[in-house]
Amino acid sequence: MATSNLIVEVVSPDKRVWSGEATMVSARTLEGDIGILPDHAPLLGVLVDGKVEIKTVGGEKVEFTINGGFLSVSQNHVSVLGQAAE
Amino acid sequence: MGAQLRIYRRRMRSVKATKKITKAMELISASRIVKAQQRVAASSPYANEITNAVAAIATYSNTDHPLTAQHVNAGRASVLVITADRGMAGAYSNAAIKEGDLLIASLKERGLDVRAYLVGRKAVNFYKFRNREITGSWTGFSDNPTFENAKEVAYALAQEFLGDSDEIHIVYTTFKSMITQQPVAARMLPMVLDGVVKPEGLLPEYEFEPNATEVLNSLLPRYVEARVFNAMLQSAASEHAARRRAMKSATDNADELIKSLTRLANAARQAEITQEISEIVGGADALASASAGSE
Repeated sequence: MATSNLIVEVVSPDKRVWSGEATMVSARTLEGDIGILPDHAPLLGVLVDGKVEIKTVGGEKVEFTINGGFLSVSQNHVSVLGQAAE
Repeated sequence: MGAQLRIYRRRMRSVKATKKITKAMELISASRIVKAQQRVAASSPYANEITNAVAAIATYSNTDHPLTAQHVNAGRASVLVITADRGMAGAYSNAAIKEGDLLIASLKERGLDVRAYLVGRKAVNFYKFRNREITGSWTGFSDNPTFENAKEVAYALAQEFLGDSDEIHIVYTTFKSMITQQPVAARMLPMVLDGVVKPEGLLPEYEFEPNATEVLNSLLPRYVEARVFNAMLQSAASEHAARRRAMKSATDNADELIKSLTRLANAARQAEITQEISEIVGGADALASASAGSE
C-alpha cells in the first residue's frame, strides 16, 4: 500500500522551516545514510550535521542543512528537528 | 495666584507627565504582545515534536534513562524561576516568585535540598535582598529571549541534572490570553509522562538509530532547551501582557486624578475670586462709611 505520501515537517526551535508532502526523505544518521519511503517502520534517529533531502510530491528536490538534529518517523509522518535548519 | 491653586496646578502637571510615560509604555507593551505570542506559537512545533519523541521512546522501549526515570538519590532538587528584568508589570514577577516559594517549600518538606536558578533581575534582587543563596542567574533578556539565551540556561540545568540533582523544576508564567496569565510550577526532569500508558505485552517495532539509549542521550539536552525556551517565550508574552494591563490602569488612574485635581483647582480659583470680590466690596464699604462719617 505505497499509495500514500509522507507528511514531512522540518522544524527548528524558533520556527517551522518547511512542511509539506513528499515521496522520499533522505538523511544521514549516526549509523549512515537512510532513506525514508512511505510506510516506513516507526523510527527515531540521531542525525549528524549535514544535509537532509526531501523529494516533494511534485518531483522537486528540497535540501536543508541541519545542525544537531533528529529524525522521527511514525505512520507516514516524518519530522526533522534541527537546532539550526535552513 | 493663591498658594492653594498653585499647588494643585503643580500636582496636575506632574500627574500629566507621569501619564504620558505610562501611556507610552502601555502602547509599547501592547504592540509587543502580538510578536511575543507569535514567537510562542512558532516555537511549539519543535517543542511538541521533541516531547512526542521522548514519549515514544518511553513507551516503546525498555530503556531506563535519566530522562524518564529517577537516576540519583542525592536528596537535591533544582528550581528555575523565570521573572522580569523590569518592574511596572503589576504582580507579574512577584506572582512567579511566590509560586516558586511554594514549590521550594514543598520540595523541602520532602527533605530535598533546593538549589535556585533565576532568570530576571527581579528574582535576583528578591533573593539577594533576603540573603538567599543563588546557584545561577541570568538577566537582561526577559522581554525578548533568544534561543541562545535558552541554550545557556538549559546547559546549566542539564549539567546540574546529570550531576547531582534528582529533579529539575521550572517556574514560569503561562500565557493563556491577553487577560489571563498563570504562574505555574512544573517538573521538567525526570520527564512527567502524563497520559502515556505503557502497552502490555510485545512492544511495536520501533527502530532507534543507533539505539534507544544513544537517542535519549542526545535528546536530553535538546528537550531541556526546548522546554526552557518555550517557558521563556511564554513568560515574555505574559510579562508584556501584565505590563500593558498595569500601565493601562496607571493611565486610567492618572486620568481620574487629573479630573479630581482640575475640580479642586477650579474650586480654589473660584474661592480666590470670591474672596477678592468680598475684599473689594468690604473695602469700598469701609471707604464709603469713612467718607460719610467725615462729612
